Amino acid sequence: MRKSADAVTLMQPNSELTLLYPREVDWSAFEAPRPDVPFSDDAVEFLDALSSLIMKNPSSRQYPDVITFAFFCRRASLVKMKSDFTSDKLRLGRGLVFHVAPSNVPVNFAYSLVSGLLAGNMNVVRVSSKSFVQVDIIIKAMLKLLDERRHSDVASRFAVVRYGRSSGWNDYFSSIANVRVVWGGDKTVEALRLSPLPPRSYEVCFADRYSIASFGAKKVLDASDAEIEHLAAGFYNDTYLFDQNACSAPHLIVWLKDTPQFGDAENKFWKAVHSIAKKKYDFQPVMAVDKLTTFFRQSADMKCRKEPMPDNVLFRLHLDELPINIDEYRCPGGYFYEYEVDNLNEIAHIVSLKYQTMAYYGISHSELEDFVFGNRLTGLDRVVPVGETSSFSFDWDGYDLIETLSRQPIII
Amino acid sequence: MKIEEILNISPYSLAKAEKTKMLDERLLEMTVHHYMSCDLYRRYIDALGVNISRLPSYDQLPFLPVRVFKEYDLASVPKEEVIKTMTSSGTSGQQRSRIYLDRATSANQTKCLAKIVESFIGKSRLPMLILDSSAVIKDRKMFSARGAGILGFSVFGSKRCFALDEEMNLDVEGLSDFLKEHDGEPILLFGFTFMIWEHFYKRLKGLGYKPDLSKGIMIHGGGWKKLESEKVSPGDFKASLNDVCGIEPGNIHDYYGMVEQTGTVYMECECGHLHASAFSDVIIRRPEDFSIAGIGEKGLIEVVSVLPESYPGHILLTEDEGVLEGEDDCPCGRKGKYFKVLGRIKNAEIRGCSDTYAAKF
Repeated sequence: MRKSADAVTLMQPNSELTLLYPREVDWSAFEAPRPDVPFSDDAVEFLDALSSLIMKNPSSRQYPDVITFAFFCRRASLVKMKSDFTSDKLRLGRGLVFHVAPSNVPVNFAYSLVSGLLAGNMNVVRVSSKSFVQVDIIIKAMLKLLDERRHSDVASRFAVVRYGRSSGWNDYFSSIANVRVVWGGDKTVEALRLSPLPPRSYEVCFADRYSIASFGAKKVLDASDAEIEHLAAGFYNDTYLFDQNACSAPHLIVWLKDTPQFGDAENKFWKAVHSIAKKKYDFQPVMAVDKLTTFFRQSADMKCRKEPMPDNVLFRLHLDELPINIDEYRCPGGYFYEYEVDNLNEIAHIVSLKYQTMAYYGISHSELEDFVFGNRLTGLDRVVPVGETSSFSFDWDGYDLIETLSRQPIII
Repeated sequence: MKIEEILNISPYSLAKAEKTKMLDERLLEMTVHHYMSCDLYRRYIDALGVNISRLPSYDQLPFLPVRVFKEYDLASVPKEEVIKTMTSSGTSGQQRSRIYLDRATSANQTKCLAKIVESFIGKSRLPMLILDSSAVIKDRKMFSARGAGILGFSVFGSKRCFALDEEMNLDVEGLSDFLKEHDGEPILLFGFTFMIWEHFYKRLKGLGYKPDLSKGIMIHGGGWKKLESEKVSPGDFKASLNDVCGIEPGNIHDYYGMVEQTGTVYMECECGHLHASAFSDVIIRRPEDFSIAGIGEKGLIEVVSVLPESYPGHILLTEDEGVLEGEDDCPCGRKGKYFKVLGRIKNAEIRGCSDTYAAKF
């Protein structure tokens, strides 16, 4: 046991741990992490090399989320992010960041890691026990870089691990972490809180959130076939792609009645979404039962009616009222309820801290600003165009991750 | 058609056309009755956009997912008329179904079950061996599915004997005394499939004691999930029991039923088929769009029953998958649909946010 100024580092536990990256590890290096400056050239070079390796791997092509990640890590994209990171003061990483990745979005672990690296930290990432091909592809590329020894400095600044429940490893990594980043449901957060952090360390939690979408009916009505198809494809990626179970996936769909034919706009949109979902989505029998059961709950608790759809792949419900606890009604796998308004302000009363993302289409920037700031909302951290709800950015859930994972020493 | 008249029909006598006519009439009436009497049911029907004054044929009537009885109190009679509340079994932590029965529905369940079972065991009551522990029915106030099953079938016993003691051990002495007393008589055996296998068959095999149950008729239910994991097929089950106690495989009858539709059980015939009686029906639906699946095609099992008046459980979508094997033409001679139950639908493998993950900590 090592005693530092303000914390007690626990012994490494004996319980099993699968090391996905690197090939072998000496945890003592992680116990005394050396910070770096944010967006260091070394880190950018490493990620750019990682990006090319992933792009070159033919199996990546089947996974749009892997390709998106590789794009995110290209030098050009990182350099732009660096210049956007308009901190005129010098910063340094915090030290060691312990990431707990979620089980719903496979590549999330990689984005979390990249945030930690670019903020100037060493990192330990625990990935979900559920295995994903996407994770394997990215790890494989990382190992290749490691073996080539071209970027050995950055390559030695992180580890990716997997371990089972009630493992002492949560305690150990927490005891040496400067920041703990937890992605997951409320129960995951609760479970991690049982592992103490050193007094000076802190935790950033991305807990369970609820998301919505809003559409201007007129623009949907006016959209060309190609435009509506593009819109529907984007919406598919926002929802079905992760079983409508990512925190950023909309459940409530708000329609702005900016044309008398808003009903036609709705039908036009859903028809297009349905046709994609029907083709691409892996519908499971239990979803039919789950959707019908959720529908029963809603019919019992609020005024609503089912909209006719050809099948159970897409379930649509029209709401005649918008109860304040609407976020408690959600069902993964393509279940949506719609509410029509003359003005977005009509939904302000439901927006609580729980609300994360609002996808939008056909609504002006100023209207969106009025809505979020004019109503002084406590929730909704991201308002993004349809199709971009799951695109990662360092601004997440109201945090600037680079800033959150680094510190700013003052020299006067 | 009044329920009293319906219950006078011989259970396996109705061929498709007559049965459809009867069910169309009865289930439409019941749908209107529950619509008028159960607020939550009315809201559901209205939200579905169904016009209550122009209802379709019975196989197009709206169905309730069975799970709603776990989350909501659904009754079509005033509270003071409820004489019994049935609850489903369910492992700890899970919510249980709550089914509210008034005097009439409860009596009709008993009568209906009698009609169905009599067609398998005859009109007279038989000495009955319950292959379970008496501990299960000790608390009469809350009927568990297992207790309710035993009590429900107990009416067919002239004398009853629990084969297992309170610790679920086979009571060999009690069993052999009971069989001595009823030497030469047909014996009704009742129990839950897995309990029978675990605590009766395995124990008998281990003991080497071979009771003579060659005149036994066994009725068992509860599902095959656990036996499937032990790779025991229905055929193995019958052959193994025959081996340890001489019971004829053709006299071993599985049944499918649920607490949400007590009374209208689906009994297995001598040919190994589960049969819908005249008092109920199964409709296999395609999960993609709830359209009706053809013979031999797997789908979700919808069950309809003419009995439930005190709660809106006359048309239910179960969480089981099954296959329709035929209608009106089973070699056993019984009319009506016959089918196979494939078991509970798989829980979705969903990329969850993220409490599925938490469960792994």
